[in-house]
Amino acid sequence: MMVRRVIAGLLLAASAASWGQDHGADVAELMPANNDIGDIASLQRGARYFVNYCLGCHSAQYVRYNRLGEDLGLTDAQVLENLMFGAGQLHDTMISSMRPEDGALWFGVAPPDLSLIARSRGVDYLYNYMRGFYSDPSRPTGSNNLWLENTAMPDVLWEMGGTRSAVFSEHDEDGVVTRTLDHFEVIREGSVSEEEYDQVIRDITNFLEYIGEPIQLERRALGVRVIAFLLIFLVISYMLKREIWRGVH
Amino acid sequence: MAASASDMVDRVGRGANSLVRWIDARFPMSKLIREHATEYYASKNFNFWYGFGVLATVVLILQIVTGIALTMNYKPSAAEAFASVEYIMRDVEWGWLIRYLHSTGASAFFIVVYLHIFRGLLYGSYKKPRELVWICGMFIYVCMMAEAFFGYLLPWGNMSYWGAQVIVSLFGALPVVGEALAEWIRGDYYISDITLNRFFAFHVIAVPLMLVFLVVVHIMALHEVGSNNPDGIEIKDHKDESGKPVDGVAFHPYHTSKDLVIITVFLIVFAFVVFFVPDMGGLFLEYANFEPANVLQTPEHIAPVWYFTPFYAILRAVPYKLLGVILMGLAVLLPFFLPWLDRCPVKSIRYRGWIYKVALAGFAISFLVLGYLGLQPVSDTYTLLCRLFAIPYFGFFLLMPLYTSWEKPRPVPERVR
Repeated sequence: MMVRRVIAGLLLAASAASWGQDHGADVAELMPANNDIGDIASLQRGARYFVNYCLGCHSAQYVRYNRLGEDLGLTDAQVLENLMFGAGQLHDTMISSMRPEDGALWFGVAPPDLSLIARSRGVDYLYNYMRGFYSDPSRPTGSNNLWLENTAMPDVLWEMGGTRSAVFSEHDEDGVVTRTLDHFEVIREGSVSEEEYDQVIRDITNFLEYIGEPIQLERRALGVRVIAFLLIFLVISYMLKREIWRGVH
Repeated sequence: MAASASDMVDRVGRGANSLVRWIDARFPMSKLIREHATEYYASKNFNFWYGFGVLATVVLILQIVTGIALTMNYKPSAAEAFASVEYIMRDVEWGWLIRYLHSTGASAFFIVVYLHIFRGLLYGSYKKPRELVWICGMFIYVCMMAEAFFGYLLPWGNMSYWGAQVIVSLFGALPVVGEALAEWIRGDYYISDITLNRFFAFHVIAVPLMLVFLVVVHIMALHEVGSNNPDGIEIKDHKDESGKPVDGVAFHPYHTSKDLVIITVFLIVFAFVVFFVPDMGGLFLEYANFEPANVLQTPEHIAPVWYFTPFYAILRAVPYKLLGVILMGLAVLLPFFLPWLDRCPVKSIRYRGWIYKVALAGFAISFLVLGYLGLQPVSDTYTLLCRLFAIPYFGFFLLMPLYTSWEKPRPVPERVR
């Protein structure tokens, strides 16, 4: 287990080679999320993790519970039972019970709405960000993040993922000191295995991609039919054109 | 049974005829159809380059129709605009499709118009007697730029906001009146709810009215002088006994049936984008625009949408803001004068000398490279490249009177091939 984590850390270090103190996520290479938006079971798990671990602080103010149920193949009863914990109507949107002004007071910044986070940041970023937490006692939340240094967000998944500290190596290039992740050291094992935890993160990422644009599940399917129709119409219109132009030399 | 059915058809036919006669006595309906369709003769040797005009019309209609539908659910207020777009994307029946058609349509409009303009450059469609067709077309292009700029603010995303901030601030670079002018355009000291309201008014009423008017004028002017063709020969010079150009075929049904094929091919490509890559990897819908406008936080890297970036690259290449603005304005203005800058009597590139071919290739490449550079973050290398590629862009127009008079064109045939 320990060895595997160190290897994973090294892989992350290799992919984050250019990551430094002043660098944002755009310069380092992100590991691909490899999520599958068509995997409904993954989306259902992602929805469950979302309401359990994210919705406490983050809203998804444009996402309606009943739409979620419809798209994810859940009955109204299942949605009410598993995804809605407060008193509310099925057609309500996913609003966190934490008020944004309290969030701003407690964390320094109001937790952003997550409806469109996958569209503005990209799934790979979200996947890497959620995997990027490490223990940092100097921070008020006790944790820091490889991809968003001094993030206000605590490591909310620590129970499953465990806690780890990051060991950095410093490079001095012409007086500019850059820090590169060397490896992680496990402080406390998580309640699930490395692979399971990776899948948890992927499920949440997948869910975030889905809520970014709920219609995308149907959009591509409709696109195939529209283009198929147009291809047939192309043949017909071409035959019509040939017929009309027959006498022109 | 059969007899009564054909009798019925006859009666309907006679009824329709008398209705047409009734209208024609009061409005030139049949005359307009003849002049602009069934007896409008255009060269029979049009290649695919001649399809982009009709495609521009198709996209214009698409934009108007989808725009009307969007307006029904969009709220032009700073507090509600962003949420109303998401409402359209999620809660309105088919709202996502209407919005994607409109956002993809905006980029498609520029693509087909850029290719339409390039066709004009290839075959000398701006030359006598089509100077007004060309100038009117350039006005349409400028209107499109205004339309796109106003429309881009409406989703009230963070890129909308800061993009508008940057562009409006360009007016501030003008001497004396600059700052006051920028303030007048915004209606406020910064981009605000007031700005959004007036941009909405321009986007949905003022500019579309001008666009439609200019398109009508563009087509009327074209149909007065007749369409050019890939050989750059006036087909009206060779007419048969009945007065029809020998090398021309009627717009309807010949060119309309050809256009139907072209439109279908276009729609296949268009549908592919709409249904599979509506944001085009951040080119058609920018990632930063999925965050609501934030007065306190600029996007990491502000760039206009791709269709403005050649001009944006020119602006950024100049260290002095005012000079940059002037050069950018000049880059848009210069093409207006093309009919008088080009001294070569031959229209089509098929018969023109190598000098024009080289100049046009240089211009096209510089336009594309500048467009790419305008999307990139600022760096010394890129700024240098911008300056380098601005030279063929401006050289194409400014040196044109010289190099086109040195040009040695090949003899032009009498009739189209």
